[in-house]
Amino acid sequence: MSARELAKDQPASFAFNAEYLERAKKVIAKYPAGRQASAVIPLLDFAQRQEGWVTRPAIEAIAKMLDMAAIRVLEVATFYTMFNLAPVGKTHIQVCTSLSCAVRGAGDVLKTCKDKLGIDAGDVTADKAFSLIEVECSGACVNAPVVQIGDDYYEDVDPASMAKLIDAFKRGETPKYGSMIGRDGSAPAGEPITLTEDPTKPIPKQDLAAAKAAFEKAKAEAAAKAAAPKA
Amino acid sequence: MLADKDRIFTNLYGRHDWRLKGARARGDWDGTKELMLMGADWIIDEMKRSGLRGRGGAGFPTGLKWSFMPKQESDRPHYLVVNADEGEPGTCKDRDMLRYDPHKLIEGCLLASFAMKAHACYIYIRGEFYNEASNLQVAIDEAYEAGLIGDNACGSGWKFDLYLHRGAGAYICGEETALIESLEGKKGQPRLKPPFPAGVGLYGCPTTVNNVESIAVAPTILRRGASWFAGIGRPNNTGTKVFCISGNVNKPCNVEDSMGIPLKELIEKHAGGVRGGWDNLQGIIPGGASVPILPKSICDTVLMDFDSLRDVKSGLGTAAVMVMDKSQDVVACISRLSDFYKHESCGQCTPCREGCGWLARVMRRMVKGDATLEEIDTLEQVTYQIEGHTICALGDAAAWPVQGLIRHFRPELERRIRDYRDAKVRNRAA
Amino acid sequence: MPKLTVDGIAVEVPPNATILQAAEQAGVEIPRFCYHERLSIAGNCRMCLVDVEKSPKPVASCAMPAAEGMVVHTRSDRANKARAGVMEFLLINHPLDCPICDQGGECDLQDQAMAYGADRGRFHENKRAVKDKDLGPLVATTMTRCIHCTRCVRFATEVAGVPELGAVARGENMEITNYLGQMLSSELSGNVVDLCPVGALTNKPYAFGGRPWELRKTESIDVMDAVGTNIRVDAREQRVMRVLPRIHEDVNEEWLADKSRQACDGLSNQRLDRPYVRKNGKLTEATWQEAFAAVTAKVRGLPGAKVAAIAGDLCDAESMFALKELMTALGSTNIDCRQDGAALDARNRASYIFNTSIAGIEQADAILIIGSNPRTEAPILNARIRKRYLKGGLQVGVIGPQVDLTYKAKNLGNDAGIVSQIASGSHEFANVLKNAKKPMLIVGQGALARADGAQILAAAKQIADSCGLIKDGWNGFNVLHTAAARVGGLDLGFVPGNGGKDVRGILDGASKGEIEVVYLLGADEIDSAKLGKAFVIYQGHHGDRGAHRADVILPGAAYTEKDGLYVNTEGRVQAALRAVFPPGDAREDWTIIRALSESLGKALPFDNLAQLRARLRDAAPTFATVDKVQPAAWGAFGTAGQVNATPFEYPVKNYYMTDPISRASRTMARCTEAFVMGGAQKTGTDG
Repeated sequence: MSARELAKDQPASFAFNAEYLERAKKVIAKYPAGRQASAVIPLLDFAQRQEGWVTRPAIEAIAKMLDMAAIRVLEVATFYTMFNLAPVGKTHIQVCTSLSCAVRGAGDVLKTCKDKLGIDAGDVTADKAFSLIEVECSGACVNAPVVQIGDDYYEDVDPASMAKLIDAFKRGETPKYGSMIGRDGSAPAGEPITLTEDPTKPIPKQDLAAAKAAFEKAKAEAAAKAAAPKA
Repeated sequence: MLADKDRIFTNLYGRHDWRLKGARARGDWDGTKELMLMGADWIIDEMKRSGLRGRGGAGFPTGLKWSFMPKQESDRPHYLVVNADEGEPGTCKDRDMLRYDPHKLIEGCLLASFAMKAHACYIYIRGEFYNEASNLQVAIDEAYEAGLIGDNACGSGWKFDLYLHRGAGAYICGEETALIESLEGKKGQPRLKPPFPAGVGLYGCPTTVNNVESIAVAPTILRRGASWFAGIGRPNNTGTKVFCISGNVNKPCNVEDSMGIPLKELIEKHAGGVRGGWDNLQGIIPGGASVPILPKSICDTVLMDFDSLRDVKSGLGTAAVMVMDKSQDVVACISRLSDFYKHESCGQCTPCREGCGWLARVMRRMVKGDATLEEIDTLEQVTYQIEGHTICALGDAAAWPVQGLIRHFRPELERRIRDYRDAKVRNRAA
Repeated sequence: MPKLTVDGIAVEVPPNATILQAAEQAGVEIPRFCYHERLSIAGNCRMCLVDVEKSPKPVASCAMPAAEGMVVHTRSDRANKARAGVMEFLLINHPLDCPICDQGGECDLQDQAMAYGADRGRFHENKRAVKDKDLGPLVATTMTRCIHCTRCVRFATEVAGVPELGAVARGENMEITNYLGQMLSSELSGNVVDLCPVGALTNKPYAFGGRPWELRKTESIDVMDAVGTNIRVDAREQRVMRVLPRIHEDVNEEWLADKSRQACDGLSNQRLDRPYVRKNGKLTEATWQEAFAAVTAKVRGLPGAKVAAIAGDLCDAESMFALKELMTALGSTNIDCRQDGAALDARNRASYIFNTSIAGIEQADAILIIGSNPRTEAPILNARIRKRYLKGGLQVGVIGPQVDLTYKAKNLGNDAGIVSQIASGSHEFANVLKNAKKPMLIVGQGALARADGAQILAAAKQIADSCGLIKDGWNGFNVLHTAAARVGGLDLGFVPGNGGKDVRGILDGASKGEIEVVYLLGADEIDSAKLGKAFVIYQGHHGDRGAHRADVILPGAAYTEKDGLYVNTEGRVQAALRAVFPPGDAREDWTIIRALSESLGKALPFDNLAQLRARLRDAAPTFATVDKVQPAAWGAFGTAGQVNATPFEYPVKNYYMTDPISRASRTMARCTEAFVMGGAQKTGTDG
């Protein structure tokens, strides 16, 4: 990871649009009075969604909104890697190359991306349509390799499906996310081995009255034991 | 193999409706009020008797943790914080619960909060889980709508608010005090302990931080009884567990099975076996990136639970099984993990900040063999200089994979160093 | 009170003490970098790891509470190993640039590497390089040397109250930085240099100026404000190289304000190093004999009423006392030490000192500030108010222009009339004071140096009396001075005697020709245009405003060049010591007055400093007790009357230039440019 710092070219100003302003107010209300700083990550996220990246004016505007020192907001913006401190492409591709993905060919997937887009990891295409980065574990390891595009996880990706995905995005489509080989979530491929029974069958429940009685009895015994003079 | 009737996460694969109607059909939110009426003490006692150990990696008994919270409410409110910042390489179990069984988690939040006298609970979900967070938020809204949570949760008279908070990309926020810092709007830098969160946690108030799975299994444990859960697995390692099997297996998957299932059985039954057969196995990291790798000889027989894996100098961690077959460069695999820890160190403590970078750089040279034989010892010593010397366990987690590699694959490291040296000599001669 | 043993030594420590504090009590030193007793605990450097029996891991002694029965080993194999490991980690990315590092010789990392470091490195990778930051004209940065202890961040956030420093990014890329090119806008910024355990933050004006072992160290007292900060003056040969704070818990703890630290280059510029006499309208170099002769020729035979003396802001008590004696001998009662014309009443000590004491601020729970901006007038005292504020439960009200004091303060308005309203109980803040357990007020020179200063003083006294500021063991009435000389001057009675004129009267008399001779003892802050045709004797150390108007210049000594007593705003008498000799023909001030008195045929009855001080103590007994503050008796003072409902003006317009020394300082000129003229917002490359 290179040192994270804000892009040199910065816009002159920032203001939340009406929609995000409304959402920001709702988020701030989740936290107790005086604890509005808790909303700093969500607000930076909103700013990024609105502007495409986290700008210096956004940092300062959010600091003001949350009554925080600007340096504290900058610390947060530079600490969390989801915040883009420079503009990214319209389609932002994040290839997980952590261990589980790596052993299942994430390197090849990354290479496909580089080749198809003609850029290196960390770069933005000249037309600003795509950007590509390598990320640490995305947390979908049993569906490796995983590629996050925008907010969506594309799973069980291989070079061929990756190429198709990029083509689709190039056409302006948003392909369906999830497993590229048609698995149900994290289920093993092929015939189900587990969870084959009807899940709505009643679950055997314990007898709460008996449980309560046993609990009270044990409590009374413990109390009696504690009260008894030690031999 | 665990029977389907004993599986808690009956919608693990999302084949059924994850919303309230479907969840209710699968038995969620059934008699929640009655469970609350049993009282906080009973709930905590039942959780203790179930033997449930925290599913986030450390394996601390959940009921005991709950009992550390102050018994009486004071002017400082109590908080439950659910750790959904899943990011340990190899681990993706919470993701399924968040997106496909959100109501189990929400019901668990209510019961746990009630037991700990908390009127508010925050679920801290990693920022990348956008769609998972969306599902969970829908489920929370449904629960409010249905009166299951809110001012009079389940008609119990208990006021309970549940909030979802998204992170923004920092593995360290999975550490409970770093998570609290992050939730307070700061960098995710772990806090010094003591004071412990049960005394001084979120906003300086008594707080318990639990993993998603620990909370999500609670309602079923309480409904079916502690003895049911305790009857599964082995003593001190009870219950069911969601395992994540990734890497070089034929059918990578998540699966819920009993604690203590043999590692080999787990892989062969559920994940279609190691790619190229069991004999093609090189090594397995059995509990997520933080735990030391095991060579095939140990994998042959080891059981998947806290104590068995500790006995072979590894750990159950998050039960994320990462399989590497013989086609993999095992040194490169561990080097990849060292890069991960270098990337994720918060930078606060000297040994981790400086040591992780050192490890990663030496490991990269080890992959090529561009090192001296003595440097293997230096590398190992550096891991021991990090381990146990930092505020949180990330330093330990960075140290262990390298220690495991040296313990079990030292000849491979030596061979590369010699080959590299020989090649150099040959090139010079040529 | 937990009992434990540290390295076999049994100690009993207060509850909440840490292992590190217990070790200190046991006389065992534990190395540390991030820990600092006046900052919050970070626990991040890990250098203070110790071995505690029954603990599975070494523990950070700075953060771990000492508990009953603990058995702590600080020198065990495990502790030593942990420490050596941390040391190695600190050094792997630390540059090997000690020979060109200003911290060399006083570097914690260097010292502790001697104790715990290995004799060779095992790190064969490239070392980290970090971009330097621009913190302004006072603090130089070499961020590659930073060990990320975060002391500077904590100081700026906690003590200075300017949350402008932070640690951005994470892991090994974490960098200590200011906010995107903004300089550190604090009057206390220089303290981060003292706090930095390595050479990452160093004293910019002093850069490459010297090695600590080359410097002669003299313990002294600062005069750049009225706080009386305890300082150490480091000199090489006859030049003051730098000024550092000394610890005084009741005054400055261990902090030093920037002007006090960094104006010292002004001691070498624009100095008066020989006497001058005005001949044909032009100041001409002269010998002492010629200068004395010129004075004698003018003064001898003149009626006392036509002679006057004004003492300036930096004067030591001895020279003021000597001048007062001389004026008395000349038959003049026209003397005043209140250059600014403040309505300070020398008859009642409680009326002009900071009765609560600086340390006493920590007990206050409500503060009314009248016409004072303590942040610029006394940054150290302001930091004490902030320290109190951080503990919670403090209410502060300010009457005066709106400023950022670094703590939450309610601006009650900028209207002197509010003082009367509070005094009469008709303003809500009267109730805040009344309901407080230990309320205090601070009245500044911005309130007292007005035409209605005496009335404001009376109104402030009325507030003190009516709002419960005066009670058993608590006096909440405080005057905050801006001049180091002021309280001393009032204590020794450098104010008009019977029928004498005060500063306004003297200047008025001089313009009318009634006063023919005015003796300015370091008095530069008066309106010299009003001196009219008077014969002006200027005794002082800098060619500043007073010297420009002088007919005779008698070159004196700056505060670092003489032994002298100063009384701070609390009424605390403190002794400054000579660090270097005055330049050229300049002399210590009391000796000049003594020599002049002989020339005037009015020889003063002391031949050495000890005799002078004995006489001073007889005349003004408060000087008998050095460093202790005697409570002053409460009594009547002030002049009842109408307060004008007009705005206050704070006396300090530019913190960095308030006196002849700071006005002569290039460093202070740079600060003025950077912080006062608005340069701080620029991302300048200067310096």
